[in-house]
Parts: sequence; structure tokens; C-alpha cells
Amino acid sequence: MSRLGLMFERLRNEQRAALISYITAGDPRPAATVELMRIMVEAGADALELGVPFSDPMADGPVIQRASERALVHGVGIGDVLKMVAEFRKQQTDVPVILMGYLNPVEVMGYRIFAQRAADAGVDGVITVDMPPEEATELRAALNAHGVDSIYLLAPTTVPERVRMICDRASGFVYYVSLRGVTGAGHIDLSEVEGHVREIKQQCKLPVGVGFGIDSPQVAAEMARFADAIIVGSAVVRRIEQAEGDLQQIRGSLTEFISSLREAVEKKPQVVAATP
Amino acid sequence: MAISSQAMAYNFPDERGHFGPHGGIFVAETLMRPLAELREAYEVFLKDPEFLAELDADLQHYVGRPSPLYFAERLTRHYGGARIYLKREDLNHTGAHKVNNTVGQILLAQRLGKRRIIAETGAGQHGVATATVAARMGLECVIYMGAEDIQRQAINVYRMKLLGAEVVSVESGSRTLKDALNEALRDWVTNVDNTFYIIGTVAGPHPYPAMVRDLQAVIGRETREQILAAEKRLPDALVACVGGGSNAIGLFYPFIGDSKVAMYGVEAAGEGISTHHHAASLCAGKIGVLHGQRSYLLEDENGQVIETHSISAGLDYPGVGPEHAWLKDSGRARYVAVTDDEALEGFYTLTRKEGILPALESSHALAYAGKLAKKLGSEQVVVVNLSGRGDKDVHTIATREGISI
Repeated sequence: MSRLGLMFERLRNEQRAALISYITAGDPRPAATVELMRIMVEAGADALELGVPFSDPMADGPVIQRASERALVHGVGIGDVLKMVAEFRKQQTDVPVILMGYLNPVEVMGYRIFAQRAADAGVDGVITVDMPPEEATELRAALNAHGVDSIYLLAPTTVPERVRMICDRASGFVYYVSLRGVTGAGHIDLSEVEGHVREIKQQCKLPVGVGFGIDSPQVAAEMARFADAIIVGSAVVRRIEQAEGDLQQIRGSLTEFISSLREAVEKKPQVVAATP
Repeated sequence: MAISSQAMAYNFPDERGHFGPHGGIFVAETLMRPLAELREAYEVFLKDPEFLAELDADLQHYVGRPSPLYFAERLTRHYGGARIYLKREDLNHTGAHKVNNTVGQILLAQRLGKRRIIAETGAGQHGVATATVAARMGLECVIYMGAEDIQRQAINVYRMKLLGAEVVSVESGSRTLKDALNEALRDWVTNVDNTFYIIGTVAGPHPYPAMVRDLQAVIGRETREQILAAEKRLPDALVACVGGGSNAIGLFYPFIGDSKVAMYGVEAAGEGISTHHHAASLCAGKIGVLHGQRSYLLEDENGQVIETHSISAGLDYPGVGPEHAWLKDSGRARYVAVTDDEALEGFYTLTRKEGILPALESSHALAYAGKLAKKLGSEQVVVVNLSGRGDKDVHTIATREGISI
């Protein structure tokens, strides 16, 4: 079974949602990334999402855009990101690592080479934000041949037939985008998200993760009641940005924040009247 | 006049928007539904006589079509070769071909019940053309423009504001057209329920490349009739500048089935293709995915998009419409590039010989047409798309001459 599969199985037994935390590879500088990955795991992240820097991050809000720009100053490319994952894997063999980014760097490397190198490095899943499953047949086949999951996004605007189609093609889990907007936007509507996620779960055998706009332990705890994973990105990256390159401060503030999120997802679900 | 009546074997794109390996739909999931809605609406209205009649009436009475096909006699004599005709898109309302597209898309927006219009702009011509039709329809309008371009094109920025649009300065990335597009996509994803995105060129996710082409094809249809009336024959060559490629596709499309009509798309070579300070994605790019489509792209070995350069803001874009990529691959059209200096010479030549100030974008086409005409005989005919007028560029040219106005 894949690392993602094992993780979700374990957490089903523990009856809690997974905490997935995101950083952009190479932010604030390339040499820090592997250490920050380890710190997040030690603080309680169940899986990691590593952003591949891109010059034109169309689906990202200002916080992750700036993280990408900081990484690009150092020329961090997709090959460097794969090396960081391989480095992380030398000490950490269980925690799933997902790459999140845009298609073009993968396109330029070539699907087969990318799939091979990702698997060799120890990548478990890939999210390419701007590649809907209709266009992904070849990439999916290449990743599948190397045991790497294709994780697709579902949005508030996704109609039910598409939800089914996407769930059929995805593996690992599906990623529900909790709002209309870019990463880090601040207008999440909890009851709308809950309604959508519950509908998706009826149609989808895969675990459903929720991300975009989760910025506090409170929101994380709410989401963890009904989601199989919660994904926190901009709120983590903002803490890196605020430290202005001071690694000591980053270590401290990531540890504190991730621990508080972990605590939030571990709260036993309160007895909530089932929504009719 | 119906825009659906193209009788030719050429049948691109396919139903998911592919032109061979190019095109397609590469966007975040949130935009899949609005794109599907747009596609359905477009397919319905393309066959709706009432919609087409309204569009034709707007093109005639508001835009001022048909635009003349003008025989440039002194320019022809100057180059001493083929007979040069100019398709006068510069005489349209707002001064460029861009309005052909915006009058069509705003009618779609209206029928879809969208009250808020967004657009990206580089030189400002598409922004002005969008702000113009939004004002006419009484719709809210937000234009995204790179901070760099806002400085270069101050007059167009002010025109958009006069027309009631909000102009948002984009400070991210290279602060030019590509970044304005990113920001417009971010807006669309956020305000998807009430907002219609009017893309200004034959690029982006399907159906934009096909839809904008069909709306701009009026240029080529008129040219065909006009040249047959004037010369009793089809032209030997068509020449148009290519940034995203909308004016070029508009001219080329109705001639694609006429294999004897050569087509030349002229890209911006900036300071020269070997200098890397250029915007010639077809001549010097590789295949990549950006802004919703697969096509030729100026990118580095990591797949990062490269910053471009051209004297003309409207050509300063690292990508190009997928249909041009396909016309290049299939050999149906040829793509060449001319430098800033050559384009300027094209600008001065037309100004002095014909009393017409061309846009710097169109000056690229004029510069290449001059070279081409010299090689052809005096019995041959070249049509150049004069896609816009040069008033907006007077400042840039004065600065280059060391004059402050």
C-alpha cells in the first residue's frame, strides 16, 4: 500500500483527519527546505505538500506568489525540488510527500522522466493545479506506472457528474478547494464547505481533503469534523515570510503553529446534530 | 456575413479546443464550469440569427465596418515590388482591431446575465476596447494592466478611466501583460458567479482562441471581397503582426483554404533574437503550457516563463495563440520576426509616404511587408493588416528621438 493509503488507514482507526502542511520549496532559501520539512513533521504534520516554484502562479494568492518569487531568486527548479525530497527521504521514510505546482515545469521535464524521478525521490502524489483530468491522461499513466498518485482538485463550481468523473480518475485522495478564489483567500463559508464535502463523500470512495483559506486552529478544527484531511498552506508560508529569513524564528513559529493545528484536528468530534 | 459560414476542409479546433497538439483547457478546476457555460452559450449564439444580426449591426454602426482596403500607391513605389494594400483596422472605433472582439463578447456577457466585466491589457488597446463596450452597456468594468505597461501607455490608461473602468496596476512578476493575465484569472476564479472575462487575443483556454478568431475573422472576410473587387484575384501574400495573434488570425482564417495565398505572421524580434531581448515565441520558443493553453512559449530549462522585450507593448508577450502554433507546425503559415529598429523604420516610412501613423505593433508587419514586396514582382499583391493606429505610441517614439512632449 502507498504511504498515502497507509496514512489514511491509520487515521481512520484513530478517527481523526490528517494534517497536511504546505511550504514552497526553496523558500526562504533552498538550503532550509529539508530542515523545515522535518520540523513540520516533528510538530505534528501527517503529510507534507511541497510547492514547486513557478513564474506564473495563477491560482495562488499574494502570500504563495511571494514565496515562489523568493525561491525563484535562487533559481529553484523542479529538479532541485526532487533532490530536496530525496534528501528528506534519507531520514524520513513514512510521511507522505505531495508535490503541488503548475504543469509547465513537468511538461518541460517530460512526463515519463518526471514520473520516474519523482518515484525515485520518494514523492507520493502530484497535484498540477492547471491540468484538469481531461488533459491528464498521459501524465496520469506515467505517474501510475511508477506508483505515484494523481491528486485532483474539486471546486465549489464542480457539478456532480464531474465530481464522479474526477473521483474515478484520481488516486490517493481528492482535494476540495473550499472557496471561490486563490490560495490564502479569507472568505471561507464553513457550512457551505461542509455541505459540499458531505455530498462529495457520497459519490467518492477516496478520502477528501480540504484546503484554501484555512488559517487558524479554530477553522482547522471545524473542517476536521467532516474532512479526511485538512491542508494548510498560506498561513504556514506567512509565518516564514514574517521571519524575514531568520531561520531560528521560522523554526519556532512553525513548530508552534503546526502543533496548534495538530491539536485542533485531534479534538474529538463534538456531538453535532446530524445535518438533515 | 454569418460568422459560422466557413466552407473549408480546415476544421480546427476539436471539441475540447485542440489545434493538433496545441490549445486545450489548462485551468484550475473552479474555472471549468464557467468555461463550459461560455462554450455552450457561444455555440448557441453562433447559430442564432438574432444574435448575429445584432453583432453585424454593431460592427457596422458602432465600429464603423467595413474598414477600407486601401491601395498604398506611394508605399508600393517606395519598395518597388508587389502592390501593397492596407487593411485599415486603424480606422475602427477606438483605433484598432480589438473592438471587433469586444463588441461580440459583451453581447455574450449580456446574454449570460453577467454584470461585471474584467479584461487584461498590454498596450491598453484591448483595455480601451473593453472599457468602451462596457460603458455602452452600462456594465462594471475592471482592467488589469502591468505596472510597467501603465507607465509606457499613460494615455490609454487615462482613456480607460474616462470610460468609467477601474484600472488595476499589477505589481507581481515582470509587471507586464502576462502578469496582468495571471491577475485577471485570479479575479475570475474569485468572482466567477457574476463576472465575464473578455480575453483580448486568440489565446487562453478553449473556447477563447476559437471564439476570438471567429469574431476577428470579419477582417479576412471583408479583405477577400475587397481584393476580389479591386484586383479580380486573391492576394499572393497576407502579412500581419503576431503578439497573441488575434489580428493575424482574423486576416488569415478566411484564406486558410486558399493554398496559393501565402501567410506571414511577424513577431517582435526586439533587440534581436540572439540577444534574448525579444518576444518571438513562434520563431524562438519551445512548446509549453501557460494561461490555459499549450502552445509555443518563451521559457527557460526549468519551465519558468521568460521576460520578454519589444518596443511595442502589444507584442510584449511570451506566448502565442495555439492556432498559430498549429499553422506553423503544419506549414500553412510562416512566422518571421523583425527588430525594434526595423519596426521603427516601417513606422516612419508609412507616416511619410502615406500620411498614416501606424501602431508600433502594425509597424512590424509593415517592415516585413516592405522586405517581401521588394522580392516580388509588380504584378503581385500583398495585403498588410494595419491593425491599429499609432497615436498611442507617439510618446514612445518621441522619447526614442530624445524629445519630451
